[in-house]
Amino acid sequence: MKYAEEFRDPKAAKALLNEIAKLVSEIGATKEKPVHIMEICGGHTHAIFRYGLDKLTPDGIEFIHGPGCPVCVLPMSRVDECVTLAERPEVIFTTFGDAMRVPGRRKSLLQAKADGADIRMVYSPLDALELARRNPEREVVFFGLGFETTTPSTALSIQQAAREGLTNFSVFCNHITVPPPIKALLDDPHMILDGFVGPGHVSMVIGVHPYDFIAEEYGKPIVVAGFEPLDLLQSVVMVLLQIRDGRAEVENQYSRIVPEHGNPVSLAAIEDVYERRPSFEWRGLGEIEESGLRIREKYAAFDAEAKFEIGYGAGPRETAEAEGCECGAVMTGRLKPVQCPQFGRGCTPEMPLGALMVSSEGACAAYYQYGGARAVEPAE
Amino acid sequence: MCLGIPGQIVALTDPSRMMAMAEVSGVRREVNIAPIVTGNLEDVVGKWALIHVGFAMAEIDEEEAAKTLEALRGLGEAQETLEAMAAGDAALEGRA
Ligand code: SF4
Repeated sequence: MKYAEEFRDPKAAKALLNEIAKLVSEIGATKEKPVHIMEICGGHTHAIFRYGLDKLTPDGIEFIHGPGCPVCVLPMSRVDECVTLAERPEVIFTTFGDAMRVPGRRKSLLQAKADGADIRMVYSPLDALELARRNPEREVVFFGLGFETTTPSTALSIQQAAREGLTNFSVFCNHITVPPPIKALLDDPHMILDGFVGPGHVSMVIGVHPYDFIAEEYGKPIVVAGFEPLDLLQSVVMVLLQIRDGRAEVENQYSRIVPEHGNPVSLAAIEDVYERRPSFEWRGLGEIEESGLRIREKYAAFDAEAKFEIGYGAGPRETAEAEGCECGAVMTGRLKPVQCPQFGRGCTPEMPLGALMVSSEGACAAYYQYGGARAVEPAE
Repeated sequence: MCLGIPGQIVALTDPSRMMAMAEVSGVRREVNIAPIVTGNLEDVVGKWALIHVGFAMAEIDEEEAAKTLEALRGLGEAQETLEAMAAGDAALEGRA
């Protein structure tokens, strides 16, 4: 247990790890026949690697790293559309810094900026709103990206822009929702999933009930968890207890932040501004039904897709992955990051080939950052 | 960008837009408080919140704020968020 000292409360961590070991043996899980627990959220993936939880927990547990990093699942086609928007001379393209290095077919936003496009990294859509106020002669486009945690921020910003009557602010909406890809993975006959650790900050907005189907229709346990290492360990205990007792329920480990029914102000803003797209493309997973959001007709003036006639609805779409990239297999847990032939060779955090290497929340980058790089043997 | 950062609301700045000044790890940043307002706007002043891309998304207590900040530092996310805030300020000035 060489990492356990790093925990805020090493004693509590050790007690939880002992509890996990006991439950794993009671369940009868082994290295050959492990329980598969998917952590959905990229923040959890990062914490698991940072604290070595995959190594501290017994061989009978296999963590499957889920699709919960919005940067990592952004498909190439959307990056291409961002670049096209950013290259318009009248546009100031604003984005979270995380998205700058995601590879597109032609280039990343970072390359587009180096080539002269006016791309600005902002902390918040509120910064983009302020840029629009200060630059009335320019078109300010905000790259709306993220799961339910981030969606309220762009919804509230669009409502504010509408109240002010701003005519030069729009959002290129790439918001996605957590439950549909989980459903898609559960429907995939190749996936073995015994339980889930659910994303706490998503549930801070949507509550815990959108996950009811996981327990009720698929008979799998899910525990909504905080992202501190002790939260994660405790959530793993709760998942294992359910498995041992033959229960499948939605439990809330993070009730200090997550209200059962979510945040009413945020939910109302999302409902007012957005509606579900019939389908949306995920890098590595393909098109998933009703998994993305678009801006409602009544806010079309703030919809960059409508305003600049780009994206869904503007013509046939092509899906493409980088050559030799195994992101899809890693994302669905069929391969470990090191098993991708590009890992640490053609694909590193400095020069990512696939999106899972871009953000510290991506499984490949997290693996690389915390010792996984050592696992790369020199190429023969 | 997904984890947010705890901050304390120190003053209202523009009540009509639901904007307030928050202190985040020693840095001041204007944030939107709409998601945590349940009654009077003034009641929010002094409270701690989990701030996510410029929006106070959930009220938390001071102890939880301290623990969360420590966890974020452990992951390197606190530093990243503060850098993103600075980058946002620079973008407004046209410096980035
Ligand atoms: S190493 Fe790179 S190319 Fe391979 S799966 Fe990971 S991100 Fe994709």
